[in-house]
Amino acid sequence: MPLSTRHLLGLQNLPKEDIQLILDTAHTFREVLERPIKKVPTLQGKTVVNLFYESSTRTRISFELAEKRLSADTINFSVSGSSVSKGETLKDTMKNIEAMKVDMVIVRHSAAGTPLFLTKICNSNIINAGDGPHEHPTQALLDMYSIREKLGRIDGLKVCIVGDIAHSRVALSNIFGLLTMGAKVSVCGPSTMIPRNIKDLGLDVIYNIDEAIQENDVLNVLRIQLERKAREYFPSIREYAKYFGITQDRLDKNGKDILILHPGPINRGVELSSEVADGSNQIILYQVTNGVAIRMAVLYLLGTLN
Amino acid sequence: MKLILKNVNVFHPIENIDEKNISVFLVDGKIVKLSSKIGKEAEGAKEIDLSGKLILPGFFDMHVHLREPGREDEETVISGCNSAANGGFTAVACMPNTEPAIDSAEVIKLIKDQAKNHLVDVFPVGAATLARKGEVIAPMAELSEAGAVGFSDDGVAIKNASVLRRALEYSKMYGAPIIEHCEDESLADGLMNEGTNSTMLGLAGLPSVSEDLIVSRDIMMADYTGGRVHIAHISTKNSVELVRQAKKRGINVSAEVTPHHFTLTDDAVKSYDTNFKMNPPLRTQEDVNAILEGLKDGTIDCIASDHAPHSIEEKETEFQFSPNGIIGLETQIGLTLTELYQKKILTLNQIVEKFSYNPRLILNIPIPQFKEGELANFTVLDIEQIWTVNISKFKSKSRNSPFDKRLLSGKSIAVINNSRMYYNGEFTSI
Repeated sequence: MPLSTRHLLGLQNLPKEDIQLILDTAHTFREVLERPIKKVPTLQGKTVVNLFYESSTRTRISFELAEKRLSADTINFSVSGSSVSKGETLKDTMKNIEAMKVDMVIVRHSAAGTPLFLTKICNSNIINAGDGPHEHPTQALLDMYSIREKLGRIDGLKVCIVGDIAHSRVALSNIFGLLTMGAKVSVCGPSTMIPRNIKDLGLDVIYNIDEAIQENDVLNVLRIQLERKAREYFPSIREYAKYFGITQDRLDKNGKDILILHPGPINRGVELSSEVADGSNQIILYQVTNGVAIRMAVLYLLGTLN
Repeated sequence: MKLILKNVNVFHPIENIDEKNISVFLVDGKIVKLSSKIGKEAEGAKEIDLSGKLILPGFFDMHVHLREPGREDEETVISGCNSAANGGFTAVACMPNTEPAIDSAEVIKLIKDQAKNHLVDVFPVGAATLARKGEVIAPMAELSEAGAVGFSDDGVAIKNASVLRRALEYSKMYGAPIIEHCEDESLADGLMNEGTNSTMLGLAGLPSVSEDLIVSRDIMMADYTGGRVHIAHISTKNSVELVRQAKKRGINVSAEVTPHHFTLTDDAVKSYDTNFKMNPPLRTQEDVNAILEGLKDGTIDCIASDHAPHSIEEKETEFQFSPNGIIGLETQIGLTLTELYQKKILTLNQIVEKFSYNPRLILNIPIPQFKEGELANFTVLDIEQIWTVNISKFKSKSRNSPFDKRLLSGKSIAVINNSRMYYNGEFTSI
């Protein structure tokens, strides 16, 4: 059964069957990653462009590794040192890249909706690697995969997303994906960082982190983007860490075995204490490994459609 | 020359004219007779049969951007006037956010000169403050003398209450309104209406309260100074209510709405199509309903296009980087007739008020008279004509319209003014 779409733009409208298929396919690739020789010839002869208009370390490496392990040819395009600095429009850049006969484009961009825009101007398969504060579907897929592996299911689980919900593409993709897969989703964070209409999406809002710990099976803790405008939304890092940071004491006090995810990179001592970031509840590096398998699955499923 | 417009209906309610199936006899563009019997005097006249069509006092769009001087690649005074004529307008008021801004008599003269021989009359709106920076009020006396009919920092609101106060007090001497783009600068950092859709689309929100705050401020200040405020492109439910209450209290405030704000909601932005990006942004159905109510009960005085031409390359881009605005001169009558007249929200009388009388009353411009000896200033509608919008046929230089391929019922088929006629896509002297 193939995917119902030829692009992966987000999880908002992705049917349950598609998500299921990606997670199941990732499971087979996860196995490949454990082999001594971690390469399969699946996408031999296919050319994949990593079009990164925004800096990224782990997502980009993860995609590149996934592409290489599927034997695709990869090209990296990043904003500095490209035609963008000369004022070329995105459309022209994309048309030029496509004229060189590529098959798939992985795009990261600061502007929401850019991946959808690309589907209208070119024929390649487009995979969204993060578009502004909109979606980051492969991150949410790897989060869901990790949860499913650890807890055996997603359906019926209580998952709380903690942090800056209003400016997070990880939050939005997780919300859409988890709801589709039958989880009960809530969000927790300072009220200034939670969109005022969030309840329209079918979520509960929690302002107390202890309550969030008590009531959920999984916490997906977002990175507080200290370098961005986010700082205007709460009084100080100290106050954030004190009232929303997850510490071992908090976990112990609430006496619960809870699974903690974090998309990285971590601000130690802010959203997670070091003890928690390295502790037994978290699966942060496990998520990173699964990320390669998820991206292999997406590349494989889209790359073998045509 | 002599011209007879035959078998036409003529409607001009404030002159108590509501004639069916008569003939209009013009000589050199001036009205000689409106009658079912035109006699010998018309011998040799050119005749145009307008059976079933409707002549109204020329329509006036009080909010357009002609882009000249500065962005003549997007629109010029001439191309904008052509667009207006094709859309059914005999006059426009053009906004001062040109480059340089309309803050000196020289720029007004330049625009007036460009429009001099056109069918469409162009009335410039002067900047309210120098270079629209919101710091020092513009030379309103000189601008008025040169022909400015109102003052505005359109694109933004006048920056602070103290400058607004001075602008209202000073403009009062010349009877000209301050036309305000109502948006609180500190809340203006967004790309679409703030709501469920903006959350789902990952686009920063422009909250409706940002408009409401400035509408409130401006109403209070109009009350305090006795000046006159015109609310441009009203878009929110609360703003409509604020204007309604202010009018009840006798405060000198008027308001306009664009056709896109009564036909579309922020659902349209789901496509990330930049032709749905404008400021004020498309709002919710609740806001649209309030606007329809405001149009009905007279809270909203006029319909204006906020015609905002942008180049293809500027609009064909990431949503975030696209400029705000759409062109509207050539679709607004069709949209109004389709969405307001055919759906019985507004009567024909109200449509004439909102397109012809009220803009002129607000800007102190005489309303065209259908009397012997007067220059004919007509908009001719075919209310029943079903047509499909085709942006490639627009007279505007720009193409940024979200209404391409939309089926509309009702169209302007001709305009007459300044002894010229625009009919069948051509200008002729009459």
